[in-house]
Amino acid sequence: MVRIDGRGDGDALIRARGLGKTYRRGGEEIHVLQGLNLDVDAGEFIAFMGPSGSGKTTLLNLLGGLDVPSEGSVTVAGDEITRMSGRKLTAWRSRHVGFVFQMYNLIPVLTAFQNVELPLLLTSLSKAQRRQHVETALEVVGLADRMTHYPRQLSGGQEQRVGIARAIVADPTFLLCDEPTGDLDRKSADEALDLIDRLVREYGKTVLMVTHDPLAAERAHVVLYLEKGVLVDKVTAGRAR
Amino acid sequence: MKYVHLVLSNLFRKKTRTALTTGSFAVALFLFGILAVVDGAFQQGVDVAGVDRLVVLNRVSIIQPLPLAYRDRLLRVPGVTHVTFANWFGGVYQDERNFFPQFAIDRESYRQMFTEFVVPDDQWQAFQTDKEGAIVGEALAERFKWKLGDRIPIKGTIFAGTWEFNIRGIYHGRRVQDDTTQFWFRWDYLDERKAFTKGMVGWYTVRIANPDDAVRLVKAIDENFVNSPFETKTDTEKAFAASFVKQMGNIQLLILTVGSVVFFTLLLVTGNTMAIAVRERTRELAVLKAVGFSDRFVLALVIVETMIVAAVGGGVGLGLAKLFTLRGDPTGGLLPFFYLAPEDIGVGLLLALAVGLAAGVLPALSASRLRVVDALRRV
Repeated sequence: MVRIDGRGDGDALIRARGLGKTYRRGGEEIHVLQGLNLDVDAGEFIAFMGPSGSGKTTLLNLLGGLDVPSEGSVTVAGDEITRMSGRKLTAWRSRHVGFVFQMYNLIPVLTAFQNVELPLLLTSLSKAQRRQHVETALEVVGLADRMTHYPRQLSGGQEQRVGIARAIVADPTFLLCDEPTGDLDRKSADEALDLIDRLVREYGKTVLMVTHDPLAAERAHVVLYLEKGVLVDKVTAGRAR
Repeated sequence: MKYVHLVLSNLFRKKTRTALTTGSFAVALFLFGILAVVDGAFQQGVDVAGVDRLVVLNRVSIIQPLPLAYRDRLLRVPGVTHVTFANWFGGVYQDERNFFPQFAIDRESYRQMFTEFVVPDDQWQAFQTDKEGAIVGEALAERFKWKLGDRIPIKGTIFAGTWEFNIRGIYHGRRVQDDTTQFWFRWDYLDERKAFTKGMVGWYTVRIANPDDAVRLVKAIDENFVNSPFETKTDTEKAFAASFVKQMGNIQLLILTVGSVVFFTLLLVTGNTMAIAVRERTRELAVLKAVGFSDRFVLALVIVETMIVAAVGGGVGLGLAKLFTLRGDPTGGLLPFFYLAPEDIGVGLLLALAVGLAAGVLPALSASRLRVVDALRRV
């Protein structure tokens, strides 16, 4: 279940309360997010939509521990991440968050296998265990036969699937997808969305996705609309289009 | 070990750039190695000088001789245990470029004085019995492919005429830095044939019982000959060798200046290269941080990359310098001790790593301080 009224019962996997982010540019204060409340249960697939500059990516960054809020709190699985030190937050991210980026952000000098393996290097898994995890993740995204390929040898859609494999390989608590189809053609975008959909349905993953694409948003269970840093509407799937 | 591929992949990302940066280190460290060799060659006399030996010269100048009669007077100075003497010959073998030092030595006392030079007993005996006999260092023998029994003609430049010698012995040094490029022959042969300064020697070397007594004995010896026609100037062997080096100019300052300029340039070049490399990888470093790699890891990653370039480049440069020295003195005898010591290689490697660290630290700090959200926003 997803709530934006701040009246969640405390069992939510992700809980944001009074979340605000203010930037200072010159002498001016820009309120990117204001007093935002959010409760997300495990296994939900949420899409955030809204015009450019509405605060979608900022919200994603705050929920993923990449940025710290100016006010309010974020609690994930009982851990209030907004009170963590930078070092603790980094370690927390490695265990709990899988990131999928618009530009894939694969490391060009590493093979698909090595890119996917990156998050596992931070764990105590043995080499054999890491290999097993990476192979599984690449099989899930349908790229088991592309392990030794470098990003330049893959299509955009394949690169994004490697990015998704990297996001899920360490079995994080939830996935944050920032415009995952923004740089893909329709066919590749659909493949990537099918994959994310499958992760939610078959593997019970929790996914929070920022998108401008109504077709992508339609895959989500819930679509939340942001405008000028405020969550203004909540629409269940199918109505986003 | 699990991060090795990450470091190596980054190093091989721009092969030409890595090769050129590594090459810069190699060239700089090669130069360092050669400078260290040249410095060592000049300092060698100082380094190997016996702490219990004093050198007694004519007070006027090193080229002015001293009477042979001083030998007995020196022996009578309390604290002096041995005395020997020698003469510079300054001859030419075949060609002026074939320089090597030739000394007319006292056959009775020289070997006892310079125990670091080892001559087999039978060869020393052969030298004693042949007035035209000569003993040569093993490096010199190797240089001209001389062997025992060879007859060597040397044209005198100070003492006129062609002088012929029979090689009766080949000495070697006890230590690697001992000079084995010298040519010794008998002083009595020189004294017999020379047309002037008969009964005079070039300088004396005296051994003292207690090195702590050196200052007192230097004074005592010179006082012994004060107001004589041949006043003396005595010094420790180390100071004597050092004064020779000084006559060539301040070699060490020159080497230090050249070395500093080279390393400072290397620092700037490498620092700039690493800064560019980090700037190019801003997004990747941000992704590493996003997935959970710490600021410290990113800092270490960049520094380790620079240090590897420094170590490999430095190692190659020092290796080449070592190989170069194995071919021997390229100056034809001006730098007889042409040797890159292991400690110089160690210092060179440390210097390379220090430059690598210094060059990498600023780009590494900027990488570690990178804010993920800002970096990901950059295209």
